[in-house]
Amino acid sequence: MSFLLTCPNCGEREVTDFAFGGEVVPRPRSKPSERELNAYNYFRTNVAGVQREWWYHRSGCRAWFQAKRDTTTNQVLWVGHPKGR
Amino acid sequence: MSRLPPRPGERLNRDRPIAFTFDGRTVQALEGDTVGSALAADGQQVLSRSFKYHRPRGLMCCSGKCPNCLVDVDGWPGVRACTEPVREGMKVEHMNARPSLRFDVMRATDHFGKPFTPPGFYYKTFIRPRRLWPLYEKVLRNAAGLGRLVGRQRKREWRTEYRRRHADVLVIGGGTAGMAAALRAAELGADVTLVDEGPELGGDLLASEHSEEAREMGVRVGDAGVEVLSGAAALGFFDGIVPVWAGSTLHQIRARAHVAATGSIEQPLLFEGNDLPGVMLCSGAERLAGLYGVTPGKVAVVATTADRGLESALALSEAGVEIAAIADARADGPGRELSERVVRAGIEFHTGTAVVRALGRGRVTGAVVAELDADGRWIEDTERGIDCDLVAVSGGTVPATSLLLQAGAKARWDEAAGAYLPDEPPPGIYVAGAVAGYGSPEAVLASGAVAGAEAALSIGLGGEDDRARLEADRATLSETRHSVDETVPAAASGAARGHGRCFACLCEDVTADDISYAIEEGFDSLELLKRYTTVTMGPCQGRMCQLPAARKVAQDTGTSVAEVGLTTARPPWSTVPLGVLAGRPFEPAKRSAVHGRQRELGGNVMWAGDWRRPYDYGDPEGETMAVHESAGLIDVSTLGKLMVRGPEAAAFLNRLYPNRFDTLKPGRIRYGVLGDDAGRITDDGTICRLDDDSFYVTTTSSGADAVESWFAWWLADWQMDVHLTDVSQGLAAFNLAGPLSREIISGLTDLDCSNEAFTYLDGKRAHVAGVPCLLLRIGFVGELGYELHCPAALAEHLWDSIAAAGEPHGIRPFGLEPQRVLRLQKLHILVGQDTDAESNPLEAAMPWIVKLDKEEDFIGRWALESVQERGEENMLVGFTVSNGAVPVEGAAVVVADGPVGRVTSSRFSPRLKKTIGMAWVPVALAEDGASITLADNGRRLDAKVQTTPFYDPDQERLRG
Repeated sequence: MSFLLTCPNCGEREVTDFAFGGEVVPRPRSKPSERELNAYNYFRTNVAGVQREWWYHRSGCRAWFQAKRDTTTNQVLWVGHPKGR
Repeated sequence: MSRLPPRPGERLNRDRPIAFTFDGRTVQALEGDTVGSALAADGQQVLSRSFKYHRPRGLMCCSGKCPNCLVDVDGWPGVRACTEPVREGMKVEHMNARPSLRFDVMRATDHFGKPFTPPGFYYKTFIRPRRLWPLYEKVLRNAAGLGRLVGRQRKREWRTEYRRRHADVLVIGGGTAGMAAALRAAELGADVTLVDEGPELGGDLLASEHSEEAREMGVRVGDAGVEVLSGAAALGFFDGIVPVWAGSTLHQIRARAHVAATGSIEQPLLFEGNDLPGVMLCSGAERLAGLYGVTPGKVAVVATTADRGLESALALSEAGVEIAAIADARADGPGRELSERVVRAGIEFHTGTAVVRALGRGRVTGAVVAELDADGRWIEDTERGIDCDLVAVSGGTVPATSLLLQAGAKARWDEAAGAYLPDEPPPGIYVAGAVAGYGSPEAVLASGAVAGAEAALSIGLGGEDDRARLEADRATLSETRHSVDETVPAAASGAARGHGRCFACLCEDVTADDISYAIEEGFDSLELLKRYTTVTMGPCQGRMCQLPAARKVAQDTGTSVAEVGLTTARPPWSTVPLGVLAGRPFEPAKRSAVHGRQRELGGNVMWAGDWRRPYDYGDPEGETMAVHESAGLIDVSTLGKLMVRGPEAAAFLNRLYPNRFDTLKPGRIRYGVLGDDAGRITDDGTICRLDDDSFYVTTTSSGADAVESWFAWWLADWQMDVHLTDVSQGLAAFNLAGPLSREIISGLTDLDCSNEAFTYLDGKRAHVAGVPCLLLRIGFVGELGYELHCPAALAEHLWDSIAAAGEPHGIRPFGLEPQRVLRLQKLHILVGQDTDAESNPLEAAMPWIVKLDKEEDFIGRWALESVQERGEENMLVGFTVSNGAVPVEGAAVVVADGPVGRVTSSRFSPRLKKTIGMAWVPVALAEDGASITLADNGRRLDAKVQTTPFYDPDQERLRG
């Protein structure tokens, strides 16, 4: 599956320029139960649809950014830096 | 066959002779010839032997579409002679025939082997008795395949590249339609790339009387700024990327819009002996004459089901071939105008007639024609033989839709055209020319212009004028399409009846009867039939045989071709060497700034991850002892090095590491183990605080990239006021270790190196030998020592200075192997060797590094709390083996029931004169003095657990 991705610093590139960083999964705010910790570490939603995810420009500026991509069509709807803390 | 007098539009340069060899004999050719045309001119009609039955085969399509001319060129198998240009001295050899092309013993399968090799024979024969399988396998392996690879790997190596290209509009196909589309799109301002399989633009017209116009148009395309790739085959359509193979480069082209102008493919006819050398496609015969000046035969019988066969007959006649007869299978024949031209040319011409048999052994010597009844079957009483040496056939054309279908277009059966036309191309893909079903030159041109304009407009180029022009072109197109009512549609190719060999698939030697039998056996859908008989699975990929196979299925199952459908179009559409697809692998070899010095000193350089590093300098034991007794120098420039700076730097590191860094004073160093939220160790290194806001972090050599991206990721998430700078490449680092290291270094710097001023775990900045350095007094190898970090550009000077200063003290360079022994003596772990993806710091004997009482949350805290609550299950411990045997790394720790752990590191220590190591053992055995048993390659070793360092456990040497 091949598509173009826009690095917020460098601009449009082939997706192979980047490394996929996984779904954006919020880290538990306070001590989680064992189950919650395992879900955070190992389980993913793996949605067939629009997903918010991390990308790393490994062959370029090495910046981390996020994107919203439809996993069924590889259409990238948004890229940008993650919001605040 | 022989050369014709010079023809306009021929590719030859008759003033430039070229000589090459074919099967050892010299062949005279002309510049511009292909191997096939040169051999034809030389009278060599048989070029190869077919895949299964080893039947002699000769030129048929002359355009790289059929399998008949595959030869071996200079050790490279599978080259199509009909498109391969001749080169001086090239060595061409036949394939798939032993001992020679003229006499091939394997032809026996054709004469006698038929009962053993029907389609799918490997499901029925050569199975029992099972014990004979090794013999069957040997026989089949020898018989299978077409070419042979040269034995030596290095003779087969070639350098390939891949290139990424981006274009506004990609036009696939350089015939008239493609050129028209490229020109129009360029006019609208598009950045156009045009790829074409042929050696020059012009497509099918190059072999015709319009070759001049075609070439002239090609020049205009270049002048318009279109990027042209010739000799470039588009292999497939992958999600918007079209890979194109040209020479030794794979171009991966991504375009915003595409125009597919891939043309159409002339089809052969089915009759007995239709694979004999001398049976050619009409267009093939025309190409041989028109492009290469070789007469395809003296006397020809032309068999056709479409107008183009008659056009060909006229062209061949004009080229000097005597046309004995034209057999047009259509009851009503061609349109009036074409009929009249044929009559005026004085050519004997029959409608409702077909060639039912080609005669000859090894080559055509005659043809048998017969009349057809209303159902298209031939009437035996009307059979009549005609002497000839060429049977030129045309079963009409089919559009080359594969790339379009791969892109997601549908295939729609068009009864009038007698072919599947592409339908509903996906957005961004436009269709032009013969592939879309356009026939007349005017329609082809207009369709190209329309497609080019549509493509450019679709990506926002062009303006109102262009839109208006497009409408006008569209109008022209509908008119021209309908004005060609003189063209009569092609008839179904002659129905073959079970008489002898009538080949539906030339590549795989599948006859029409084979298909019928397979359908009788139940493989009655095209997809099943394909997989069972392998029809369409050969080098032609269905170009010659997909439609005939579909027709046969329709005929035998009593359905229509429209219902039968096509097999799924898959890449690669053209044959491509694997080496081109592999591209150039990216295998970096990293070398440190003092790599040259290390080689000069006799270092045994080997791979350590991406790095080239010396394992030793020829004497690992001596080098180890030097570090204990005087001093050793090792290059550790491969370490990852990160500057972490900012007001929140300490807080940032506190969140990432299980231990504390806010309490680390400036000028001090602390060891750190990096973990993930599952509590697992991912890397380790030292952190030196340079000042309140600056930390210098080192990582393992192979983990440098991963740690940098890990840090950067959390920073992107937490958005703390911290700046990360990767200085791994910019700084070099050496470890000077040994009791005399202080003396050596003191001579090179003004820094006070006394034990009071520069204590263990201090980090100081100073000039050493004039080079600005960061000196870290740490002890990975267990002796007094300093790790010096300096700018890489000055590294060689620093190394030389230290070596010179240390020479009178007996300094020796040491490599990775001595380093391993030294660190093992101190029970210092190597992440990835002594730990794996499941190891956590509590179990890896570093509980002191996990500060669970730290206030802030850190990565891995919760998981480590769990481990502590549950209690450790396995522990990493040291061990000694008394009898001096060294267990292999990976040896199991066993108890009566089986393995319970493993050895991760083991060496014989020359200093301690015993075997030492590290192993994972169950917590019950993780106590000093516990006995464990190691299972090592069949022998059992007794070992004793030790949880404290083997050498200098009180760190007196280190802190001295």
